[in-house]
Amino acid sequence: MTNQELKDSIAKLEPTATIEEGKQYINVSVAPQKWYNLAKGLKESKELAFDYLFNLTGVDYGDTLGVVYHLESTTYHHVVVIKVATDRQNPQIPTICDIWKTAEFHEREAFDFLGINFTNHPDLRRIFLDEEWSGYPLRKDYDNAANVKF
Amino acid sequence: MNEEIILKEADEQEISINMGPQHPSTHGVLRLVLSLKGEMVQKVEPHCGYIHRGMEKMTESMTYQQIIHLTDRLDYLSAHMNNAAVCLAVEKALDIEVPERVKVIRTIMDELARIASHQLWWCSFGMDLGGLTCFFYGLRDREKILDIFEETTGSRLIQSYYCPGGLMADIHPNFQQKVKEFIKYFRKILPEYDELLSGNIIMMERAKGIGKMSKEEAISFGMTGPSGRGSGFSCDVRKHHPYHAYDKVKFNEVLRTEGDTYARYMVRMDEMRESMNIIEQLIDNIPDGDFAVKMKPIIKLPEGEYYQRVEAARGEFGVYIISKGEKNPYRMKFRSPNFSNLSALDALTRGHKIADLIAIGGSLDYVIPDIDR
Repeated sequence: MTNQELKDSIAKLEPTATIEEGKQYINVSVAPQKWYNLAKGLKESKELAFDYLFNLTGVDYGDTLGVVYHLESTTYHHVVVIKVATDRQNPQIPTICDIWKTAEFHEREAFDFLGINFTNHPDLRRIFLDEEWSGYPLRKDYDNAANVKF
Repeated sequence: MNEEIILKEADEQEISINMGPQHPSTHGVLRLVLSLKGEMVQKVEPHCGYIHRGMEKMTESMTYQQIIHLTDRLDYLSAHMNNAAVCLAVEKALDIEVPERVKVIRTIMDELARIASHQLWWCSFGMDLGGLTCFFYGLRDREKILDIFEETTGSRLIQSYYCPGGLMADIHPNFQQKVKEFIKYFRKILPEYDELLSGNIIMMERAKGIGKMSKEEAISFGMTGPSGRGSGFSCDVRKHHPYHAYDKVKFNEVLRTEGDTYARYMVRMDEMRESMNIIEQLIDNIPDGDFAVKMKPIIKLPEGEYYQRVEAARGEFGVYIISKGEKNPYRMKFRSPNFSNLSALDALTRGHKIADLIAIGGSLDYVIPDIDR
């Protein structure tokens, strides 16, 4: 599938998404409310078949927080990058861990480091840091001295 | 009589047991909370973070040359491959084409590291199942590769041999000869591994049909590397997204469809043979030329996003860099294979005995610093 066909198919699934061609992969930005349905479509569509989530990254963009999903199809080996940005005060993104199971751990990691709430996640707890840890270390305004006890 | 009643009660009641963080079979500081009914595992809940060093945060205040040395300490048995991911990402961002010589040497080093890593996995897998002899055999042979590494790179475990633009130093004059000697030696020795463990009836009883995973599930869990390929998930980055000199060599992607512990075991054994094939094709054909291109002392990546995938010994390793044009990255993410593989551990072990958990964990071959980062 050429890049243009890929872009057309994704636009058909979610008309509100902005799609641009990056240097390496196709980047798709989508609103959190639309993300879950698009994710389902990307996995279930026969011609796209994005069944392998190979990376999930939480990012602090300054004004917003966001999550970047790297998806690959194991049948066609094409790759797409999905970006979902959310509000900084009340960051909420629907979970996709029922679509790609590996996301359960990766979303917990993003929650741990950036405080992004993945709604409907079955077990959203910190995964690396202590439960008592205060703040989210990968946010740019994190106070490095916040957890120094001695 | 009383004893029987107590045992029966223990079988019906679900109990929680803490395994680790100091347990020999977790190969590091990983803590598993097990829910057990008698001997049967109902649920496994991994608790990570005992060796979490906040590397992704550290990278935000480091230069790219410094970051190379951090990546060694993720999966220390795939140090070369982890270095390669960062180097390739930086080279791609700056549009630098490294000399052919560098590509070939990097390929050979990666494959040597893969063999060394699989040897160590084989020793510890055998030891976990009670075959202590394996441990001595595997370490004896791994030592030969470490000697080769030491001669060229100066260190044995975490080499930091690659740098953006090429290599830290040229190969040692003895390198080619020593590698050829090793391949000759190891081709003779590898059948001994099979005789000792692969066909061993105790090992087969404990591995065949244990910890099964279907291809669809393996893809969904992002289980890559030999673990994923044991389930028939064709996930070899070297094949699908070639880097280094992998598009110039002939090798097979080892795939098995059974999806059990034994399949994951056999994939690794066959991968050692494939790695030797790759090295043999390249070792006499290292092109002449420079071992590095000249780089500016301060590397600034142009604004943008860069992603590089490589095949580490345990699966797909990825580096995701967001750059704002500064000398250090705005955000850097390490996609570590072990973290995704660990997410499948619960699904693999449910309904098996607690002793099978050790075998399954051994077949996943996790390295804890890579999970915790």
